[in-house]
Amino acid sequence: MRKFDTKVQHLKYKVLREVARHAWKGTLFENMTDIPKQIVPGNVPTMRCCVYKERAILSERVKLAIGGDTSNPNVIEVIEIACDECPVGGYEVTDACRGCLAHRCEDVCRRGAISFDHQQKAHIDKTKCVECGACAKVCPYTAIMNYKRPCENACKVKAISMSETKAAQIDNNKCISCGACVYQCPFGAISDKSFILNVIDLIQKSRNNTEYKVYAVVAPSISSQFTYAKLGQVISGIKALGFYTVVEAALGADMVADAESRELVEKGVLTSSCCPAFVDYIEKQFPQLKDYISHNLSPMATIARYIKGKEPSAKIVFIGPCTAKKMEFQKPTVRPYIDIAMTFEELQALFDSRDLDITSMEEDVLDNASYFGRIFARCGGLADAVQEGLKEHGHEDFELHAVSCDGIEECRAALLKLSKKVGNTNFIEGMACIGGCIGGAGCLTHGEKNKAEVDKYGKEAYEKTIADAISVLK
Amino acid sequence: MKITVCIGSSCHLKGSRQVVEELQRLIAENGLKDRVELNGTFCMGDCRNGVCVTVDGEKLSVSPETVGEIFREKVLPAFSG
Repeated sequence: MRKFDTKVQHLKYKVLREVARHAWKGTLFENMTDIPKQIVPGNVPTMRCCVYKERAILSERVKLAIGGDTSNPNVIEVIEIACDECPVGGYEVTDACRGCLAHRCEDVCRRGAISFDHQQKAHIDKTKCVECGACAKVCPYTAIMNYKRPCENACKVKAISMSETKAAQIDNNKCISCGACVYQCPFGAISDKSFILNVIDLIQKSRNNTEYKVYAVVAPSISSQFTYAKLGQVISGIKALGFYTVVEAALGADMVADAESRELVEKGVLTSSCCPAFVDYIEKQFPQLKDYISHNLSPMATIARYIKGKEPSAKIVFIGPCTAKKMEFQKPTVRPYIDIAMTFEELQALFDSRDLDITSMEEDVLDNASYFGRIFARCGGLADAVQEGLKEHGHEDFELHAVSCDGIEECRAALLKLSKKVGNTNFIEGMACIGGCIGGAGCLTHGEKNKAEVDKYGKEAYEKTIADAISVLK
Repeated sequence: MKITVCIGSSCHLKGSRQVVEELQRLIAENGLKDRVELNGTFCMGDCRNGVCVTVDGEKLSVSPETVGEIFREKVLPAFSG
């Protein structure tokens, strides 16, 4: 069964798995330097020019798997030697140009950047070109290509540029740690730091949950992951790793939807605060709009605060699709509630580091939240939940004009409008990843059916309303 | 007195919300709001016998049907006389 979208993810997983395997046994320190050779044995290279470069890069991946560069506050890091220094030419005319008569490229170019040689073949004047891409769109032979680095292309907040050594570099003042570049770099040269060693340590020191209990809070997007097994088996697997129990972050989402709908009525205009990359984006690019950000903690932090309120000694690990959550849990406002954040990718590595075959396990249950809490995992779900919250609080007269932003570019457009007071939008649901959390960089797979899976999981919830789901918490 | 109801997944599916609601009602009806602290927890480690409830540390197996009876047997006597 295929577990990952790409071979890059698979390679990263192998490193995490081997690091974890040694960590459980307490043999990591003496074996750490052998891991690259273990993954790339023999003399025949399969990925790079030679096995020595492959192993050198793998050593860097091991470093990221054990926490990465501690002097860099960002959880997203470039592995400089893994960066292939892709060309950065922008739009260029290729040999496919046939020197046609129509010259649509010339007509559509508003900058007059296109000229033709004696064979009628097109050329782009780089001093005039603004990289709009209009010429590429109209060429009947698709002869104009955009030679842009996949990482730069993926980074819609323009935090990635080329360093003096031609490797990619990340501007931490712009980066929102969404992980889009991590997922898109075809060489796996950008990666998220892992805190799985801390997770293993936390579990081991709990002495079978007797010293303290270790809770796993899982994001609702889990319903679209681990498709080779049943969700109940994934829950059994998490417990088999040594977690005391598993709680849905979606219950935190129910709490957020309840509070956020009240806050919206009070304030009149609001943006969501669930997606840490979106919140970070507002703080970095639209600081003047900070006051509009909902004061609610994210669903992850909200449910964790509840658990620790009842049991202060509890330790809580968030498991989700998101690399930005690895930044969020370190914020002073969240740190008291969440001990560590990890991804589904890392969960898979942990399962296999202990040779747990979850497909042969009995199905456990996971049911704390309502339909509305669960659909937070996909774009549009949050706005639906806030609408439901308004209804349940009897604020049906409040006219909700919500915009659900699918990806950071749509977030930018909505925030620009809000900053200029254009339109009547009074609630902005911001999701940095396309599709919402199910498009997160820490997902194992990003399938077309993922949204349907989340909706199905939502409908299976025992509780049908937000009020019912959260009534047990009072 | 402290009553804790398990609201973990397994107990939730067996009706912990109904148990909580009924307990809230009974506590209010008997005027014990200031004397009984009702709490929730995620998992007491005995999922098979859910809904798990503890009354001052004593572990009980409750269902929405038996909650009234258990309240009369285990809670009310502590406050009578």
